[in-house]
Amino acid sequence: MQLNSYQTDGFYDEVFDAECKARPEARLLLETIESLADGELLRCQRAAETLLLQMGITFNVYGDSAGTERIWPFDLIPRIVRAEEWDWIERGLKQRIHALNEFIDDIYHDQKILKDKIIPEEIIQSAAFFRDQCRDINPPGRVWCHISGTDLVRHSDGQIYVLEDNLRVPSGVSYVLENRDMMKRTFPHVFAGLHVRPVDDYPSRLLETLEAIAPPRAGAKPTVVLLTPGIYNSAYYEHSFLAQRMGIQMVEGRDLVVHEGWVSMRTTKGLRRVDVIYRRIDDDFLDPKTFRPDSQLGVPGLMDVYRAGHVSLANAPGNGVADDKVIYYYVPDIIRYYEGADPILPNVPTFVCWRDADRQHVLQNLDKLVVKAANEAGGYGMLVGPHSTTAQREEFAARINAKPRNYIAQPTLALSRVPTLVEDHLEGRHVDLRPYILYGKEIYVLPGGLTRVALRKGSLVVNSSQGGGSKDTWVLAPAQEGATHEQ
Amino acid sequence: MSSEAAPLLSRAANAVYWMARYIERAENVARFIDVNLHLQLDLPLEPAHQWQPLIDTSGDAAVFRERYGNADKRSVIRFLVLDGDNLNSVISCLRAARENARSIREIISSEMWEQVNSLYLRIQSQMSLAESERLAELLRGIRLGCHMFEGITDATMSYNEAWHFLRLGRQLERADKTSRILDVKYFMLLPSANAIGTPYDDIHWSAVLKSVSGFEMYRKKYGRIIPRNIVEFLILDREFPRTIRHCLREADESLHAITGTPLGSCECPAECSLGALRAELDYISVSKIVKDGLHEYLDALQARMNAIDDNLTRDFFAGESVSEAPPEEEVSPSRAYR
Repeated sequence: MQLNSYQTDGFYDEVFDAECKARPEARLLLETIESLADGELLRCQRAAETLLLQMGITFNVYGDSAGTERIWPFDLIPRIVRAEEWDWIERGLKQRIHALNEFIDDIYHDQKILKDKIIPEEIIQSAAFFRDQCRDINPPGRVWCHISGTDLVRHSDGQIYVLEDNLRVPSGVSYVLENRDMMKRTFPHVFAGLHVRPVDDYPSRLLETLEAIAPPRAGAKPTVVLLTPGIYNSAYYEHSFLAQRMGIQMVEGRDLVVHEGWVSMRTTKGLRRVDVIYRRIDDDFLDPKTFRPDSQLGVPGLMDVYRAGHVSLANAPGNGVADDKVIYYYVPDIIRYYEGADPILPNVPTFVCWRDADRQHVLQNLDKLVVKAANEAGGYGMLVGPHSTTAQREEFAARINAKPRNYIAQPTLALSRVPTLVEDHLEGRHVDLRPYILYGKEIYVLPGGLTRVALRKGSLVVNSSQGGGSKDTWVLAPAQEGATHEQ
Repeated sequence: MSSEAAPLLSRAANAVYWMARYIERAENVARFIDVNLHLQLDLPLEPAHQWQPLIDTSGDAAVFRERYGNADKRSVIRFLVLDGDNLNSVISCLRAARENARSIREIISSEMWEQVNSLYLRIQSQMSLAESERLAELLRGIRLGCHMFEGITDATMSYNEAWHFLRLGRQLERADKTSRILDVKYFMLLPSANAIGTPYDDIHWSAVLKSVSGFEMYRKKYGRIIPRNIVEFLILDREFPRTIRHCLREADESLHAITGTPLGSCECPAECSLGALRAELDYISVSKIVKDGLHEYLDALQARMNAIDDNLTRDFFAGESVSEAPPEEEVSPSRAYR
C-alpha cells in the first residue's frame, strides 16, 4: 500500500511529523502497512465490521421504532503513544483525580476551599450536579470518583490538554478492550516487533476497586453487582460486557429491594444481600425517595442504606459537582490547593461567562470561540464559532446574557489527527483520547484508552451520535521504545 | 460457602428459561414445515388438507383463521415463518430468544450469545427465501442454527443453576411440541385407523415420526409402522430424546438440581406437579392410554404441563415479595421478553 500521497495539511499528526516523515514510534507500523497488498487493509476492515455485528457490539439509535442497531465504526490504524509521554499523562491524571477527589470530599464536608476563597461559594450552590443530599456522607476510604474517563486532546502546538473530567458515569471502556481484541483478530501483522502494553486486565482491576470499597461487614467475598437501566440503554452492551468479564451479576432497579436496612436482590432462592453496586445510572434516577420521584430505574430507599454505610456505590452520588465546566476552570487552583503543586496536565484556556470581563470578551469573539453549556455532555448545547451562522451566534449571545453562569467558552482547538482508512487510502482525521482511571485503595491508570475519531472530513466532533468512530490506542512499553526489527 | 455461586436473579432465571423455550420452538416449527413440504410431494391428491394441521399444532388456529382465512401453503408459511405479529412464528421466536439472551449476556457464554445473535441476523436477512423455491434451504438453516446453539450451550456453559433453568425450558417446550404433533396427526388419521397398511397411512405416520426426528430410531426399535407403537414410542420411550417421558425426566432432574431437593420428593408446587407427572409416565402403559382415548390423554397432559409452567413462574420467577417495599407493579413473567 502506498503512503506517498498522505498529507498532514498543517495539523499535528500523531503518526507523521511536520515534514511528513514517520515519527520514530510509528515507523514499524508504517512499514507493515506499506508492505500490505492493495486492498488488504480494506479486507481487514470489512472483516472487523462483520465481527462487530455478529458479536452484537452495537449501540441503539434512540428515536427509531425499528430498534436500529448500529455498530460503532472502528478504524484499523491505531493511535500510538510513546512511553515517556504516557508516563507524563499518567502522573498528570493521578494528580488531577486525587485533587478532584479531595475537592469533592471537602465540598460535602467542611468546605475549606470555599472558606479560603479559592472558589466562590455561589458557584457551588449553583452547580447543577451539586447534591445537597450528599452532605456529610462518608464513602468508604473517602473515595468519591472510583471510575473516571478524562478527555484529553492535543492541539496544533503539540501540547496535550485536559478537555473534560468525566467523573459521573463515564462509558466507552468496553471499546478499549474490544478494539484491541478486534485488532488481534483481524490485523495481527501490525503487532510484530512492537511491545504494546496490554489492556485486558481492566475488568480484574475494576473488580478489585469495587471489592476494596465494600462495607466492612461484607466479609472477604463481598457481593458486587452492576446496576444497568436495561437493554434499551445505549450503553447496554458495555454494561453486560463488564459484568460478564468481572463475573458479577447485572441487575436492574426492579431486581433490587431495600429490606430491613439492607439492599437485596430478588433471586430464585429469595432475597440475597448486595454489598457494592457499580451503578451505571445517573444520580437523579438512583432513588426516587431521595432524587427524582418519577424515576422507574432506581431503588426506593437506596440512599438511606448508602448513608448508613450498609451498601457502597460507585461512583459516589454527588461527585458530578466537579464535572461542572465552571468548576473545571478552577481545577488548576484546586490542584494547587490540595496537592501543593502545580498541575502537570494543563487545562484548555477557558473564559467563564459568569465573570463580566470574560463575558465581554466572549460576546465580542463568538465567531472564534467554542461556547459550551456548563452542564451538558455529548456535544449538546454547544456553539462552534468558526462554523456557526450569524443567527446561531445571536441566539447564543442571548442565552449567555440571560444565564451567564451556564456558559463557558474556549478557543477552537485544532485537534491532532491520525491516518484513517477512507475507501482504499489513508487520510488524516481528528481524534481525542479518553484514558480510564480507577480509584479504590490507590489510583490506577489503564495504559491505553479510547481514541475517538471524527470520521467526516474536516469534522472536529468525535461523538458516536455525530459521525464518530474509534481506534485502538497503543501505549508502548518503555524498554521497547523505537524498537527496530526484532523477534 | 464462599465458593458457592450466588443464586440466580429471578429475572435472569425467567429469561434463560424463555430463551431456551423460544430456540426450541423455532426449531420445531421449522422442522414441522420441512416435513410437511416433503409429505406434500408424496400426496399430490389431497393438497387442501395438508396445511391446516400445522396451524392446529401451533395452537394458534383461531388467530390464524381471523387473519388469513384458509390454510394453504402460502398463508401457512407466512404465518408460521415470517409473521412478526405472530408471537410464535419462527422469526418472532428467534427475536425473542435473542432479546432474552441479550438481557442475560453476562450469564450465558459469549459463544452462545454470538450464535443466537448471528442466527437471528442471518435468518432475518434471508426471509425472502421463505416464499421462493429455496424455502427448504432456509428451514434447514434455521434447524441447524438452533441445533448449533444447543451444542454450543452444552460445550461452553457450566452446568450451573442457569443451565438447569435453560434445560428445564428446553425440555418442557420439547415435550409440549411432541404431544401436540402426535395429537393433531392422530386426530386427523383417526378415520382410517382401522385400515392400517395402506401406503398412504404409512407415509403419514412416517411423517409424524420425522416431525420429531424420530423415524430412524423408531425403525431400529419397532421395525414396522404401527400407530400404537408410534404412540408408545413418542410418549413413553425412555431413550429417544424427544419423547415426552424423556423430556420430563430431564426437566425433573434439572428442577431438583436447582432446588437441591432429592429426586422423588418435592417441597414446592413446581416440583410436586412435575414429579407427579413424571412418575405417572414411568408406570402407565400404552394400552391404558389408547383405551382411555389418546386425544383426551394428550389434552390432559398439556394442561398439566401448563400448570407446571405456572408453578415455575410463581416459585422462581416472580421474586420474593417484600411487604414493606411493594414494587409498583406485580412482578410477573410478562417482564421477561416473552
